[in-house]
Amino acid sequence: MPQEVPPQAANKKSQETDNDIMSTNQDLPIQIDAIKDGVVIRPTGDIDLSRAPSLRTQIAEVFKSTPMRVIIDLNEVPYMDSSGVATLVEGMQIASRGGSKFILLGLQERVRSIFEIARLDTVFTITIDLEAAERF
Amino acid sequence: MTDDAPAIHLRLMSQPRLLASVRSMVVALSERIGFGEIESGHVALAVDEALANIIRHGYEQREYETIEIDVWVLSDPKPGIRIIIEDEAPQIEPNEIRGRDLENVQPGGLGVHIMREVMNTCSFEKRENKGMRVIMEKLLEENAAGSPSPSSEQEVPGNG
Repeated sequence: MPQEVPPQAANKKSQETDNDIMSTNQDLPIQIDAIKDGVVIRPTGDIDLSRAPSLRTQIAEVFKSTPMRVIIDLNEVPYMDSSGVATLVEGMQIASRGGSKFILLGLQERVRSIFEIARLDTVFTITIDLEAAERF
Repeated sequence: MTDDAPAIHLRLMSQPRLLASVRSMVVALSERIGFGEIESGHVALAVDEALANIIRHGYEQREYETIEIDVWVLSDPKPGIRIIIEDEAPQIEPNEIRGRDLENVQPGGLGVHIMREVMNTCSFEKRENKGMRVIMEKLLEENAAGSPSPSSEQEVPGNG
């Protein structure tokens, strides 16, 4: 059954490597915050083929503690390609298998556009603010 | 600028970290042509998806293979942009290149669908000797022609 995420697993920021432009995959700065019944994952920056693996790793890590609710806050993501979308589809599927809620929050217009093109805007639960995401 | 020669020719290594720079270039040029913020982002998205497909599937993530991009600024019959991307990856039949069924929700398989959706034309062909070629065009809609982009002074995608 889903359970609350232990505090030590939350409120941490992934290792940032903004200056490490020579790395094969550029790490995506991601902040993870605990909420009452789960976590909020907050990536910052473009999510493309180079950076989607960082998000995939973080989402997989978060689900190890079987949270009841995982919210992906995309307010600070100005661009996403199909690699990023695929990562979120994976997250949604993991959540579905484990009985967790998987909610997207704060999609910018460009990012929302790709979900509409892929006809995924009605597949994901998408909210405009954290309050709504926590209520859902 | 004329329709005869590419306005831009880029030769890049098959490295995912280079995608952001290419997107920035495409957005900047698209906005100069007159595409709005969302449309310029769509052109960049199509290029990004084409490059990602080559890197992931054509070159199987090998990072020191070659990709060439030619970009034309079109003016006749309408302003627009033509992009041709060529690789040296193993050839496949163009009619085998297609996205997944959108009703079947699963990770992956969206790139080709997105390219075809956001551009006016998108076609694949085998190159003469080796590799594949994708040809994409997007023309400015009448009501968008000549209108300054509302995002021209804003940050463009690709530099995050």
